Amino acid sequence: MLDIRVHKRQVPLPWWGTCLVLSSAVLVSLIVSAGLLALQGKPALGGILLFLESGFGTSWAIQDCLAKAVPIFLCSLGVAITFRLQIWNIGAEGQYALGSVGATWAALTFPGLPWYLLLPLMLACATLLGGLWGLIPALLKIKLRVNEIIVTLMLNYIGILVLEYLVYGPWKDPASFGMPMTPTFSPGAIVGFIGETNVSWGIVLCMVIGMLMTVFLKYTRYGFALKACGENARAAKYAGLPYNGLIVMVMVFSGALAGWAGFLEASSSLNRLEPTIMAGYGYTAIVVAWLARLNPLSIGVASFLLAGLRVGVEGIQLDLQVPAAFGSVMEGLILLTILASSFFQHYTISGRKKSSGK
Amino acid sequence: MNIDVLIPLFAATIQSGTPILYATLGEIITEKSGVLNLGVEGMMLCGAFGGFLVAMLTGNPWLGFLAGGAFGALMGAIHGIVCLHFQGNQVVSGLALTILGTGLANYWGTPFVGQNAPGFTPFSFPLLGSIPIIGPIAFHHDALIYTSYCLPVLVWFVFRHTQTGLALRSVGEYPDAALAAGINIKAYRWAGILTGGFFIGLGGAYLSLAYTHLWTNGITAGRGWIAVALVIFAFWKPGKAVLGAYLFGGVMAFQFRLQAVGTNIPSSLLMMLPYALTILVLVLSSIKGKGSQAPGALGVNIEPAD
Repeated sequence: MLDIRVHKRQVPLPWWGTCLVLSSAVLVSLIVSAGLLALQGKPALGGILLFLESGFGTSWAIQDCLAKAVPIFLCSLGVAITFRLQIWNIGAEGQYALGSVGATWAALTFPGLPWYLLLPLMLACATLLGGLWGLIPALLKIKLRVNEIIVTLMLNYIGILVLEYLVYGPWKDPASFGMPMTPTFSPGAIVGFIGETNVSWGIVLCMVIGMLMTVFLKYTRYGFALKACGENARAAKYAGLPYNGLIVMVMVFSGALAGWAGFLEASSSLNRLEPTIMAGYGYTAIVVAWLARLNPLSIGVASFLLAGLRVGVEGIQLDLQVPAAFGSVMEGLILLTILASSFFQHYTISGRKKSSGK
Repeated sequence: MNIDVLIPLFAATIQSGTPILYATLGEIITEKSGVLNLGVEGMMLCGAFGGFLVAMLTGNPWLGFLAGGAFGALMGAIHGIVCLHFQGNQVVSGLALTILGTGLANYWGTPFVGQNAPGFTPFSFPLLGSIPIIGPIAFHHDALIYTSYCLPVLVWFVFRHTQTGLALRSVGEYPDAALAAGINIKAYRWAGILTGGFFIGLGGAYLSLAYTHLWTNGITAGRGWIAVALVIFAFWKPGKAVLGAYLFGGVMAFQFRLQAVGTNIPSSLLMMLPYALTILVLVLSSIKGKGSQAPGALGVNIEPAD
């Protein structure tokens, strides 16, 4: 028998060790995914290669990845800020829904405005509604200590139903032959694409926000307070840090960012509001935030990779007749293996033969 | 309202509360051992699909029901490996489990959408079924509902009156003291996760085998999360879990009936009711409960000793 012992690492794992651990984790999840494909009688290795090729192999695929990375990035950045404070905002999905509803309201109410007035107005409405959807759980949490995980989740369901109520009811386009969708936005309400690509100008917004966030977290007093409160809420309270204020701030901010994602998605890819806007970006955002260790720059990279996962799955969906849900299977697997792998960053394992019979 | 309307409504309340009851009891068992498992929604979905598949293949609904439990326990085992052996964050692992479970159930289930499996059918329970009012409400159901009547008592009895129950609670409450008393913490936490997962899977299987007899993707519709919320509402007590589950069953049954009657209220607004009620119930229980009643070590991993 082998006697396995676990020790806490005395020296931190070097950067190449971290890379090795992370890539092994992703490899394990790819192998399991391949096994799942094989179980359904699909080519395992071929499926994974096809997945990688259709996700990242062509310039069209890369453009699609960038386009899908925009909403994931915005949702994930917000979610990550709350996670830093050990506040679990699982509600990006609903905040995104409400953001798209806010932007659509502005677009449908003031279709005649020129773009330089209408787009900021849409952004403001998305901020307001997305932020409000983040404010509710924050207030319930600090005033009544209600569990924010469940409140944000329930608000996801409610937010999606609000969106459905509007597009099936009051906002339905009379000319849509009964399809649940609003009329197409006026030209002033549309965020255009960069040049000849599929990528909207929203990506510029992502870059600016990402950089501002990095500066905020690294160099400002509040950024420090966030870190301190996240690591030890009780000590931070004794040190006079505004813990409750920070909760409200991060939740509203997080909701607003997810709201922006909803605004961009409605006014660049769809040009109207319809239920297909709910593509699960809010849940992917949680995976991304955690893969990126809550770091804004890494969130950019991880958003791109997870967007690629979606694009790749779309590819094999068509060629191998795999259901779209395979994407969430892979997301879940990657998150679980990465989570388990972080064990090797904090601990070492040594094994030796047991000496006696015991 | 007249009694002829109320009796079917109460009977439907019990029926739609039952899957939530199974899941809530399962999550109570898991959390009592100190493990927070937010994967309930994903586990229920896998249980629902596993139950459906096995019942369809074997033609035996009871085998399907047990398979549903086994699928739930298997999903729980993933959580156990990640959290108990690899020290993963319990909140994130549970969320990952929900993403994975939802994905798996839809991935495997998509080819089966709309297909039927042999399920459970209601029958009048001998003697008890003929009691006026109570009979039609509580004893004209399928076998799984009669089983669910016994479970809360069983769970309560094990926690309150057995060595095993005491040890399980101590592991969740004061792991250090449990360790000092010579209790194998990991073993008990594994037992909590697997038993809880089994119950949660049964709740899922109820949906595909008794509530409906056919497979639809996303059959749980948030019931797993409602179960997680109900654990807090029930203050981790099996008796109060029954109350909570039937409260939700009532709202769901009521909402379906209103939709069926065809009121002027749009269905999307009616469908918000259970989710809004979940928030309300949490607010009320936080006002009522003085401080948290959660097990002391809930969500805290046990660091491996050097």
